[in-house]
Amino acid sequence: MWRLIAKTLVKGPFTIAAPPPSGDGLAELASRVDSAARARLGRSLVIREVDAGSCNGCELEIHALNNPVYDLERFGIRFAASPRHADVLMVTGPVTKNMAEALKRTYDATPNPKWVVAIGDCAFDGGLFQGGYAVVGGVKEVVPVDLHIRGCPPTPTQMLTGLLALLETVERPQP
Amino acid sequence: MSDAAGLASVLATLGPEDGTLPWPRYRLDRESWRGLIARLATVDWSLVALWGEEKTVQLALRDEVAGTQALARLDCPEGSYPSLAAVRPGAIRLERAIRDLHGLDAEGAADTRPWLDHGRWGAISRLIAAAPYPFLPVEGEGVHQIPVGPVHAGIIEPGHFRFHANGETVVRLEERLGYVHKGTERLMQGKTALEAARLAGRLSGDATVAYAIAFARAVEAALGVEPPPRAVYLRALMAELERIANHFGDFGAICNDAAFGFIQAHATVAREGVLRAAETCFGHRLMMDRVVPGGVAVDLAEAAGPRVALLMTELADSLAYLMRIYDNKPSLQDRTVSTGVALSELVHRFAAGGFVGRASGRAVDARKSPGYPPYDDLDFDIPTRSEGDVHARLMIRIEELKQSFRLVEQLLERMPQGEIRRELPSAVGGGGSGEGIAEVESFRGDVFVYVKLDGEGRVIRCHPRDPSWFQWPLLEACVENNIVADFPLCNKSFNCSYSGHDL
Repeated sequence: MWRLIAKTLVKGPFTIAAPPPSGDGLAELASRVDSAARARLGRSLVIREVDAGSCNGCELEIHALNNPVYDLERFGIRFAASPRHADVLMVTGPVTKNMAEALKRTYDATPNPKWVVAIGDCAFDGGLFQGGYAVVGGVKEVVPVDLHIRGCPPTPTQMLTGLLALLETVERPQP
Repeated sequence: MSDAAGLASVLATLGPEDGTLPWPRYRLDRESWRGLIARLATVDWSLVALWGEEKTVQLALRDEVAGTQALARLDCPEGSYPSLAAVRPGAIRLERAIRDLHGLDAEGAADTRPWLDHGRWGAISRLIAAAPYPFLPVEGEGVHQIPVGPVHAGIIEPGHFRFHANGETVVRLEERLGYVHKGTERLMQGKTALEAARLAGRLSGDATVAYAIAFARAVEAALGVEPPPRAVYLRALMAELERIANHFGDFGAICNDAAFGFIQAHATVAREGVLRAAETCFGHRLMMDRVVPGGVAVDLAEAAGPRVALLMTELADSLAYLMRIYDNKPSLQDRTVSTGVALSELVHRFAAGGFVGRASGRAVDARKSPGYPPYDDLDFDIPTRSEGDVHARLMIRIEELKQSFRLVEQLLERMPQGEIRRELPSAVGGGGSGEGIAEVESFRGDVFVYVKLDGEGRVIRCHPRDPSWFQWPLLEACVENNIVADFPLCNKSFNCSYSGHDL
């Protein structure tokens, strides 16, 4: 452990070289997310993730937002265990009928002001599962949605872009 | 115990052969179905799958000694069939699901509660309304309940866990699943094989390649199509990349649930490297929709091969580094060693596959047995352990990672040139042989797919069976007598699929 601490002190934190701004635009995007988050929220945006019937593909990519490459927490955006701690509900899946009530209750348990971000094609309109007997078909059928981030699944970069759009365009409602 | 008469010959004495599938299938009557159940009480045949159709149930069995498989089919016009649950407990939840989805009752069923049906599907639901679900009772002084979910405290799929605990000790854990049921089997019906393949690839997003391969192989078996050799190698390359990405992810997540985030940070970087390589090579980070019936949708660029080979070296270094840290942390191993033991006896009774089975001494891997190309041309081992605890399941993943690095190297070296996709025949040739079966090893265990196509290549019936069906019940068993706080570790070391199970 001492060796590790010494190494960390000498080498600095473990990071992967950021891609060039012209590449996938991650660094550029990151600075915009950072300033927008700081301006609007004072470095605090808490997300509660709700899987409302996804295939788990979106969850894998949402997990990736937390890895050291995307490192969502550096913007002051983090995931919480309880909807009562959250500003944003990030919802995936075509909303199965078996999950609709749980989603609604999670929404109700989230304090105002709150935003809902629907992640993935399924959460937009049911995606490939649209029309099935066991799905409602889109998060907006159950709770109001402020932002859709499409993709199957959307990449972490697409999700960062979406969160930035949310921060830049949505005025924080007056309490 | 397996007498000279193997699985197929015993079934042949019970009923006549039926249809021409890749696996032999026998049409049984109720009497011989009962005879088969009596036989199952004494022989070492595993339940591979059990599914319903309109007034019919089909059963897939595997002879563990000979490594052969066969199907049995029973028409049940009166809407019921003798239950298998007494001899194969893995059938309990399958039988409950068959009743929910097809209205066929298992006579003498061990559990008659609904499973996937929560009474919310409208016309198709067998239940009148969402009634309170009766959880199994526990008696004793000081026993209390801890209900968890369906919305869990993490970025994780939904399901409900009902703990009965005495102080910190779990007396009983009961799972209630079905929250992610999307009616995928029904949605596949009437779609072309290519359309249905997209749904198959979304049964469980983390095993999308494995499911896509299993579905494609089942369709190819039904239509008598052989994918080109290069496609077969590309499929295996994708499958191994998927395995590597998931095993790294699990390694990190298990350590993180033992409050050791350092390994997770590194493991997620390794995982990210694999996903980025997958995107460079195949144009999608999770490689969805890249495997299609008839072959693969995209070829590997010439320059991508060396990059993937280099990645394997880097990942091997990274893994060695993380393993040194893991090995030198008694505080971490204190949480994983001897926690959540899945008994070997149970693993065999439920025929649980993947790292759950192999960590408890069940050395079954679909890549070896029954085996499918190109794995019969490749050199790799199936690691097993006997402890069956969280540590053993983690170590199986580590050993499998090393095997997968070797496999990727071999795949890249031996990758044949040529076409990557064959057209599917638009109409099935005579004989009505539009049924196919495939078994493919996902990172989690064996994925089974049965498909029946009509004359125009449309799906009449498809049944995919996720490995989790036989792993979820063992999670309930292995948590008993552990403390509540160790449940996340046990759960993560199993990493069962919700979406694949709930289908």
